[in-house]
This record gives sequence, structure tokens and C-alpha cells, in this order.
Amino acid sequence: MDLLIPDYGLLFWQLIVFSIVLTILAIFVWKPVTEALRTRESMIEDSIKSAELAREEMMQIKADNAMVLKEASVQRDQLLKDATIFANKIKDDAKSETSKISEKMILDAKSIIEGEKNAALSELKNLVSTLSLDIAEKLIREKLNNDPSQQQLVEKFLKEVKVN
Amino acid sequence: MSSLQQAYASDASEGEGFNPGDMINHHIKDAHGWEITHGMVVPLPIILYSEPDGLMIFSSSNFFNNAHEEVAYKGYLLSHEHISRADGQPVYDFSITKNVLFIFIDATIMLLVFFAVARGYKKNAGKAPKGVQSLFEPVIIYIRDEVVKPSIGDNYQKYLPYLLTLFFFIWFGNLLGLIPGAANMTGNIAVTAVLALGTFFITNFSGNRAYWSHIFWTPGVPWWLRPIILPVELIGVLTKPVSLMVRLFVSITAGHIVVLSLVSLTFIFHSWTIGFGSTVIVTLITIIELLVATIQAYVFTMFTSLYIGMAVEEHH
Repeated sequence: MDLLIPDYGLLFWQLIVFSIVLTILAIFVWKPVTEALRTRESMIEDSIKSAELAREEMMQIKADNAMVLKEASVQRDQLLKDATIFANKIKDDAKSETSKISEKMILDAKSIIEGEKNAALSELKNLVSTLSLDIAEKLIREKLNNDPSQQQLVEKFLKEVKVN
Repeated sequence: MSSLQQAYASDASEGEGFNPGDMINHHIKDAHGWEITHGMVVPLPIILYSEPDGLMIFSSSNFFNNAHEEVAYKGYLLSHEHISRADGQPVYDFSITKNVLFIFIDATIMLLVFFAVARGYKKNAGKAPKGVQSLFEPVIIYIRDEVVKPSIGDNYQKYLPYLLTLFFFIWFGNLLGLIPGAANMTGNIAVTAVLALGTFFITNFSGNRAYWSHIFWTPGVPWWLRPIILPVELIGVLTKPVSLMVRLFVSITAGHIVVLSLVSLTFIFHSWTIGFGSTVIVTLITIIELLVATIQAYVFTMFTSLYIGMAVEEHH
């Protein structure tokens, strides 16, 4: 039974020693230790958080990049399409321009040819008339010499005319 | 354990007959000298106070003659670990007994270990723990995060130093008590009484309005029941620390009694076979006792945190 009766001497020493140990440990050990633990834990938490943030930022940048790339490709397609349309237009324009020019050139050429032809015709008329006059003149002169030979002469002059 | 067996082997061969009850009682009770093994006693200081002589300090070896018989010294007698004056006047005994010595050893180990731990935190500030620091950090964090924080709540910081000291004091004390030849200091009701008293005062001094109103005028019950509940609640205030005190004392004492009883079997039967068998069982029980040492420290800290948590809990 005396196991259950606390001994006052032991109570006294236990109270003293435990209080001293508690005071010393609380001031010199538990305070710095719990503070150090808290600081370290908050540091770890912060670094995890910032790593998470950096990861998110990276993802954002990646997504942005992808979008920019997509936009660029769309733009490039648009540009290509525009360029093709433009080129076609230029080609068509050039074609129509060329045909217009050539038509005009043909027209010009035709009118020139017409002019030339008319000029040539009038010259020919003039020439024929002068020739006819010449032949007539020569005929008249030859008739005056002999008759059969006049025939021959006309033929001879016609030959000359052909040559000319 | 081997030293114990040697000690009681000689006991048994002394012929008077071996009384396991006396041996066990002798072991689990406090003493004015530290008997490491049989016949090898470290004398401890006796500190006495009495009206006629005032304060007296002398070695406990003065109470024994060369033949290890109890003798009177300066009018004081030591009988069955109780000191009295020959003239019958009252005497107050504040001796450094075996258990007091182990309180000192426990405290010294705690100071050495935790100053080393604290140095580690200063040296490796912001870095990974090293050495003793890394051995105790998980325990400290476990007590903080799994025992104290969930029980007390947000305001746990204030109570953490007491609870950590409590846990390690009991744990180291329990483990020290398992060393053969050492005293089972935490299996003494005076030691556990002081620890429980600490819990009692901290709990009731930090009790808030909700805590006291719950005790004196329990809300949510019919008015006529309240006077009946009041004494029950008041008894509850006392039974909490008492249960802590008794639980630790009983589990440590019981463990030692079991171990010593099994060792005693050898000397009761005077048999090598039983000696071998009991040694095997004692080894196993001692391993279980290592577990019990930790569990009891945990339980004491856990319940103290819960009681404090109940006292500081806001109205629910």
C-alpha cells in the first residue's frame, strides 16, 4: 500500500527538478527550435509555392507561344492567299493590258498598211498613167515609121512595163 | 537483466529462502542508497531537517556498519527506508534517494541532448538537420503536429514547451528505468503526481468561460439536472489528473513487477531450464516494455493536450 502514498521528499525534488528543466528547456531549447522549424517550414512552403508559380508561368508562356505560332501560321496563310490573289490580278491585268496593246498595235499596223496600200495604189495609178502616156507617145512615134513593127513595139514596151 | 539474475542467484543461495515479494518490493520502491547489484550499493546523500538539529546532510553509508547491518547514526535510524529519530521527534526527509538521483540523471540527459539539438538548429539554420538534431526532430515534429496541434488547436504554441518537456521527461525516465540496476523513477507515484499536478494547474488556469460554464452550469440540459451534473463535473476536474498520475505509475510499476516475477521463477524452482525459459520471456517482455515506455509517454502527453484543448476550446 505504501507504494500508493507519494513520498514528500520525492515530490519536492521532482517539482524542483522538473520546473528547472522545463524553464531552461523552454527558454534555451524549445523556443529557438520551434522557431527554426517554423522558419524552415515556411521557407520550404514558399519555395514550393514559387516553384508552382514558375511552373504555371512557364505553362502560360508555352500556351502564349503556341497561340502566337498559330496566329503566325494563320497570318502566313492569309498573306500567301492575298499574294496569290494579287499575283493573279497582276497577271490578269497584264494579260488584258497586253491584249489591248497588241490590238491597238494591230489596228495601227492595219491603218498603216491601209495607208501604204493607198499610197502604193495611187503611185501605181500615177505610174500606169505615165506609162500609158509614154506608151502612147512611143506608139504614136512608131506608127509613124512602120505598121507591123508597131505591133511588135507595143509588145516590147509591155514587156518593159512588166519588168518595171 | 543478467546482473539481476546474478544478484538474486546469490540471494537464493544464502539459504534463508527466497521471497520474491520482498525482492520485487525492494526493487520497485525508493531507497536511500543505489543498489546497482546485490551487495554493491552506491551511498547517496541523506538530507534531513528536524527541530533540534536543523538541516543535516551526510552519506547514507553511515546507516550501515561493515557487516551491512542497519545502525543508528547521530540519533537517527534508517529502517525499511524510513528515517526516524531515536527520541521520537518528527524529522523531515529530503534525501537524495535512488529515485531523486534518477530524476537528476533524467534531467541531465535531457539538458545535454536538447542543448545539442538546439545547437544543431543554430548551426544548420535553414538547412537539413544533422546528427542528434535529425534524431529528435521527427519526434518533436510528431508531438507538435500529431499530438499538440490537433488537440489544442490554433493556440497551441503557448503549451508546446511544457508538453515537449513532459513527453521527453517521461520517455527518457521510462527508458532509464529499463536499464538493469536503474531505478524505475517514472513508476513512482510521487513523480507521476507532480507531472499530473502540472497538467491540473495548466488545464484549469487556461480554462476559458466556455470551460467553466460547462462545469458549473452545463448548457443544453434541463435546469433541474444542472445541480446534479455540477458535482460530477467537479469530480471530473480532479479525476483527469488523477487518472494520468495512476496510469503512468501503474503501467511502469506493473511492467517491472512482471519482469521481476519472471526472473524470480528461476530462483523459486532452482532450475536451469526454467532460468533459460524465463530469460527468453523476460527479454521479450523487456522489448515490449520499451514500447510501453514510449506509449506511456505519448499517452500522458496526448491526454494532457486533450485536457488543455478542452479548457481552451471556444464555445461549440
